[in-house]
Amino acid sequence: MTALAVRGGRVLDPSRQLDAVADLVISDGRVVAVGPDAGRDATEAVDASGLLVLPGLVDIHCHLREPGFEHKETIETGTLAAARGGFTTVCCMPNTEPPLDTPALLRWLRERAEQVGHVRVLPIACVSRGRQGRELADLAELAEAGAVAFSDDGDPVADPALLRRALEYASALGLPIIEHCEEKSLSDGGAVHEGWVATRLGLRGIPAAAEEAAVARALALAAETGGRLHIAHISAAGAVELLRWAKARGAAVTAEATPHHLCLTHEAVLGNGEAPGGLAYDTNAKVNPPLRARADAAACALALAEGVIDCVATDHAPHAVEDKLCEFDLAAFGISGLETALALCLSLVHEGRLALERLVEAMTIGPVRALGLDRHLPGVGTLAVGAPGDVTIVDPTQEWTVDPERFASKGKNTPLAGRRLRGKVVCTIYGGKTVWRE
Amino acid sequence: MSSSVEGQSAPTALQEAGGWSRRHLLDVDELTPAEMLLVFETADAMREVLSREVPRVPTLRGTTVVNLFYEPSTRTRASFELAAKALGADVVNIAAEQSSVKKGESLLDTVRTIESLGAHVLVMRHWQSGAPYLVARHTRMHVINAGDGWHAHPTQALLDIYTMRCRLGDLRGRKVVIVGDIAHSRVARSDAWGLTALGARVVFCGPPTLLPAGLRPDGRGGEEGALLPPVQVETDLDRAVEDADVVMALRLQRERMQGGLLPSLREYVRQYQVNEERLARARPGALVMHPGPMNEGIEISPAVARSTQAVIEEQVTNGVAVRMAVLYLLGRGRGS
Repeated sequence: MTALAVRGGRVLDPSRQLDAVADLVISDGRVVAVGPDAGRDATEAVDASGLLVLPGLVDIHCHLREPGFEHKETIETGTLAAARGGFTTVCCMPNTEPPLDTPALLRWLRERAEQVGHVRVLPIACVSRGRQGRELADLAELAEAGAVAFSDDGDPVADPALLRRALEYASALGLPIIEHCEEKSLSDGGAVHEGWVATRLGLRGIPAAAEEAAVARALALAAETGGRLHIAHISAAGAVELLRWAKARGAAVTAEATPHHLCLTHEAVLGNGEAPGGLAYDTNAKVNPPLRARADAAACALALAEGVIDCVATDHAPHAVEDKLCEFDLAAFGISGLETALALCLSLVHEGRLALERLVEAMTIGPVRALGLDRHLPGVGTLAVGAPGDVTIVDPTQEWTVDPERFASKGKNTPLAGRRLRGKVVCTIYGGKTVWRE
Repeated sequence: MSSSVEGQSAPTALQEAGGWSRRHLLDVDELTPAEMLLVFETADAMREVLSREVPRVPTLRGTTVVNLFYEPSTRTRASFELAAKALGADVVNIAAEQSSVKKGESLLDTVRTIESLGAHVLVMRHWQSGAPYLVARHTRMHVINAGDGWHAHPTQALLDIYTMRCRLGDLRGRKVVIVGDIAHSRVARSDAWGLTALGARVVFCGPPTLLPAGLRPDGRGGEEGALLPPVQVETDLDRAVEDADVVMALRLQRERMQGGLLPSLREYVRQYQVNEERLARARPGALVMHPGPMNEGIEISPAVARSTQAVIEEQVTNGVAVRMAVLYLLGRGRGS
């Protein structure tokens, strides 16, 4: 039997508090051994000395754009981007065209991902039929067809009565509702965080209260119904406080934060001052929820470190060039994030604001537990013996410059172009196969 | 005076005007006080040109200026057109409908077309904040921002400040009160940058719903490191106008009522109209200004608008000289 050994790396598996220099052996697509010299007799080996050996990263929030928006991204390019970013499992959002609201579509997507995907794709299905926010989609049938969660992401489930029913109904299926928390009457027409940058640029702001009000409502409904609520891309300090309060009361709620909301602020829209007139109006920094003030990003980073925010998710939102090369108000929201996620988050580790072990947890077992993915795939997000052979090898010292033109993703839309980052994914192994190697 | 337009010479002040190296004029926030003063000195010379029997110099002969307006405008467009013609430039006016965007032609496509037609200076008005900044990144033409969304209106600010300086001299320590819909006003933003750079005190006054985030009196959005002009914010107009040297009223757009930002026009007039009673609280002889178009009887009372303190028509006249100055400073580099 052939075996692949990853030798001599620092193996970090937060699911078991494992942090040791060891070999890791994968055979038949599964982890078969972890230990000193365990890989001595392997037929194939990767030298990982001086490198971090992590469980394959898990992203529970990305947009693969297929079907319907293949000019922005496809399952093939999106999953290759995931592999290059160190992700071996991604959950894709259903705001495609048509939206993923029927079992047939879900089955088609899973088949397509089997054929062309470079990593594992687990679909999230719509909460409401057609993402219209009026009536529930066939949640039980969607669960049978492989949905791992439900969300109308891109938009909130605006009607509180419908959100309540969704939480109730999905609880019987044991699946979470992922809510994009945004009170539209407060955010409509906004393009950036409501604060000094909006005033400086003459752009309509999206107040933090638009998120906070929606988070408060969702938390109240989760408490009322006992349903499993997962809050997508939390970004406002006030929303983090609400989450902290709900968790202290024992609510069954989880939350994610994106690398960009953790590490960037609304000043990114201004650019570096080199644009004509000194103002870039950088549409690549236009995202929903918007990049917010320093205090918001700091509150999110602190809550992530403390475990109040459960995990990191990319909200990878690729767009075509023309979707961003236009007037700021007309530009699409979203950041292409899969290929920079780990390195950007590592900047928090370098700054001493986040422990490396906690970051790895928040990108592996953290998201797995948030959505309960181990129910579908035992061992995913871990390096336990018997777990899927998903491994990410990271050089924690390598510095590199973000060049979107070299992204595997079709979406070159990142505000990080030209930025130096430290820490690079050098090898991604999915099911025992090397799917990316530098 | 020579008989032909071509034969007329530019005033000597123009030949000497140095110290300008900017390709574009996107907002006054990027101008140093020295650069603003250069615009004003050049505008003085342009006023002299405009006072001639044939108000024309050949300074920009051979230069094509395109006025690309995505928003309806009478005075700004006409002012730029007259300014460009007085300098001998060829002028093309393009009124781009907002619907042309919906038909699929992007702003940058339009701009590339204009550039290919041989234009040198692009004067643009756009309803989207930042649109001229996008264009400036992708064109070889000189770009003059003639108003972008809520963001900036640099030539209006320069003509406002020029008019104030003509009447008051040095503006250091002078108090300028701008009243009304600050949140949606590109004029207020640009005026505040220019005036504060020249040492004037600027007070923004309006109801909290019409004040921008980050400037609200409750300090919301008052973040560390915020780069905004150092203005004072006041919601009580009676208090704001005390000792003012200049009171500027802004146009109130009717859609603010539909947007729920104001309960009623009646209430707005009662609290924020610049009227004789309120003006009496300002310094004697304080200037009254308005960037136009005016709603007399709403943001300004007819009596005040027509009083000797009002310099609203002077603003319009000076606008041509100031825009000539800006076109000249940007366009002169290309030999004719």
